[in-house]
Amino acid sequence: MKGLLLTLQITVVSVLIGTVVGLLFAFFKLSNSKILNWIANVYIAVIRGTPLIVQIFFFYFGLSELGISSYWCATLGLALHNSAYIAEIFRGSIQSINKGQLEAGRSLGMSTPLAMRRIVLPQAFRRALPPLGNQFIIGLKDSSLAAFISSSELFNVATTQGSRTFEEMTYLLIVAIYYLVLVLLFTLLVNRLEGKIAGGDE
Amino acid sequence: MEQRKVMIKVNNLNKSFGDLHVLKDVDIEVHEQDVVVLIGASGSGKSTLLRCLNYLEYKESGSITIDGKVIEPDQTDLNKVRQEVGMVFQHFNLFPHKTVLENVIEAPVMVKKIPKDKAVEEGRALLKKVGLADKEDVYPSKLSGGQKQRVAIARSLAMKPKIMLFDEPTSALDPELVGEVLSTMKDLAREGMTMLVVTHEMGFAREAADTVVYMHDGKIVEKGTPSDIFSQPKNQRTKDFLGTIL
Repeated sequence: MKGLLLTLQITVVSVLIGTVVGLLFAFFKLSNSKILNWIANVYIAVIRGTPLIVQIFFFYFGLSELGISSYWCATLGLALHNSAYIAEIFRGSIQSINKGQLEAGRSLGMSTPLAMRRIVLPQAFRRALPPLGNQFIIGLKDSSLAAFISSSELFNVATTQGSRTFEEMTYLLIVAIYYLVLVLLFTLLVNRLEGKIAGGDE
Repeated sequence: MEQRKVMIKVNNLNKSFGDLHVLKDVDIEVHEQDVVVLIGASGSGKSTLLRCLNYLEYKESGSITIDGKVIEPDQTDLNKVRQEVGMVFQHFNLFPHKTVLENVIEAPVMVKKIPKDKAVEEGRALLKKVGLADKEDVYPSKLSGGQKQRVAIARSLAMKPKIMLFDEPTSALDPELVGEVLSTMKDLAREGMTMLVVTHEMGFAREAADTVVYMHDGKIVEKGTPSDIFSQPKNQRTKDFLGTIL
């Protein structure tokens, strides 16, 4: 049960941090500045181009020296990993909002940041919700990799219990069911949320 | 005609998109309370001219003076200019995540910082004026095209602009919905709003315009009163154009 809570904690915190960082890089990518575009492109290319487990170990060996717990190493590793994908989700959803929306805001005297905040982003978030939910599910399952840096989350607990009792298959099955139930519950939640905010769509 | 204030004055305006020279040395003058209708084939630069006036597109050369003030992007607060120059778009561009009333009060509250209850009161009055008082809590997706455009007009008017620009306001509408939008625009013209309208509705031009301007290939070919332009166009191109559409 503690493993379950830790899994949820790692997932939620890493997706939240990933969302904030991802939004930042989405703006970098959409910016007119070549330097910011370049920074975002390199960042996304490096993160998407390397395996998550490598990134987690990287954080583990790099940060645990500084006295940072394996929980935070795993969470930060996952957060940055998520952020690259979330950056692309936000970039896509912001670009998918008709240019006329920004123009309409601007023609009413709104500054670009204000029109972005009041007009474009609320619509973009709405559109980003399904892929964000998807990313959350991926993050939830990816959090099992934290087991490799001895974070006692769900998967780690299961394998430890398994090897202690020599019933590996049973525990693997149990942990698989745990993940499945979590994912199904979360899918239900996202669907509910989508239904709720579908009200004012085009 | 008595001397009225010049609200829009454009001199030698040029604009290109890449190699395409869209506006060529355009001069135009719109007096206060005048309704000027721009006509011409697609691609003749009418919409671009309109969009240059509130700097949704940046001019390349030439000068734009609005209400006596020369507008230069690096010296003028364009957001201030845009508050005074309302714009109505072909595709309405209502904010789909906001109700009709929220669409109308958004800019007054967020830009002009008008207290919300006052903005709501004024917003309701505007919706009543465009005949949509009963729709204030509805989302735009539930409205017909004609209703959407009338909301868009109310939304623009909420900023109390001195000039209204209309960019083909009825071109995206089903034929039976064009009338309601045009009649809203005629009401506005009667109240003395200064209007610059790009349209293919020659009936509107004939009835409501003080001046009709015919554009071809980025240039102003001919301007005059509706009766001059429609009954005795001087330029051969104007004749040809009117021949194809009337």
